[in-house]
Amino acid sequence: MTVAVNPSQTGEPLFYLADEHPHPEGWSTALGFWIYLMSDCLIFAILFATYGVLGGNYAAGPAPKDLFDLNLVAVNTSMLLLSSITYGFAMLTMQQNKIGQTQMWLAITGLFGAAFIGIELTEFAHMIHEGATPQRSAFLSAFFTLVGTHGLHVSCGLIWLVTLMVQVQRFGLIEANRRRLMCLSMFWHFLDVVWIGVFTFVYLLGVLR
Amino acid sequence: MNTDTHAAHADHDHHGDGHAHGTFSTYLLGFVLSVVLTAIPFWLVMSGALPSKQITALVIMAFAVVQIVVHMIYFLHMNTTSENGWSMMALIFTIVMVVIALSGSLWVMSHLNSNMMPMHQMPGMN
Repeated sequence: MTVAVNPSQTGEPLFYLADEHPHPEGWSTALGFWIYLMSDCLIFAILFATYGVLGGNYAAGPAPKDLFDLNLVAVNTSMLLLSSITYGFAMLTMQQNKIGQTQMWLAITGLFGAAFIGIELTEFAHMIHEGATPQRSAFLSAFFTLVGTHGLHVSCGLIWLVTLMVQVQRFGLIEANRRRLMCLSMFWHFLDVVWIGVFTFVYLLGVLR
Repeated sequence: MNTDTHAAHADHDHHGDGHAHGTFSTYLLGFVLSVVLTAIPFWLVMSGALPSKQITALVIMAFAVVQIVVHMIYFLHMNTTSENGWSMMALIFTIVMVVIALSGSLWVMSHLNSNMMPMHQMPGMN
């Protein structure tokens, strides 16, 4: 690239963007994280499509009606929904600079999230104990992949949550920690959105089928 | 610290990335709506209130779509102006991709299923 030399002296046009200016740290994080979430959404879309295609292939094994306990799923759904609203409260108290309350709401969110994972693992263990393992049929492979991927996301969210609680405890509600809490907020609410799809298409429609 | 934060905000305001923050009432409204929109489909399926399974399926899918929109607005604070509209643009692109992937897979594979008769049902085989 050869550009006019020393433009400031000769008065040549400047060959860089005139509005190039320093940005505050993390100014594009929200958009970048949103685009990550959208790509994650595509992963789930493909897993939903796989489940939609394979969900009826029981290989003479157990069907959704035999396996799913809707009461348990309802409890599980309420756990995730409650964790969403408590995370919202954590964000609200964060905006008011109340560290103690933020930590409390984050801890409550974590407990609801852990309860969700606990119930889901109990359900999985029960199914596997009854012989409904991922190897049993195409339906069960697709089921465990889809619901398991969601559960794995929630588990990662829990690890992230605990990490951020330690961060907030050590460094307070600094700008970087606010940004991280905002990203986790988007992640957490996004997982709740995915769960709407899971309980509707996998559990409710499965039992209905 | 606080003034620094505000200065930083004022500095990059011209990027138009004012991420919308919720308030207590919007979070609570979103939560109440979600509870209602979750409870009704569960009740419909568990009680079998509607006469036909097809109608029930369509109704609970409609509830799911509405609840996803509620979550997007009240919990994820989606609007057309955040990040100069780029987050909405990314969302619309993703929705297009999701619709193509889902409907395409289901459509193609169901046709494949209905056109691939099991071997023992095919005339002239076996």
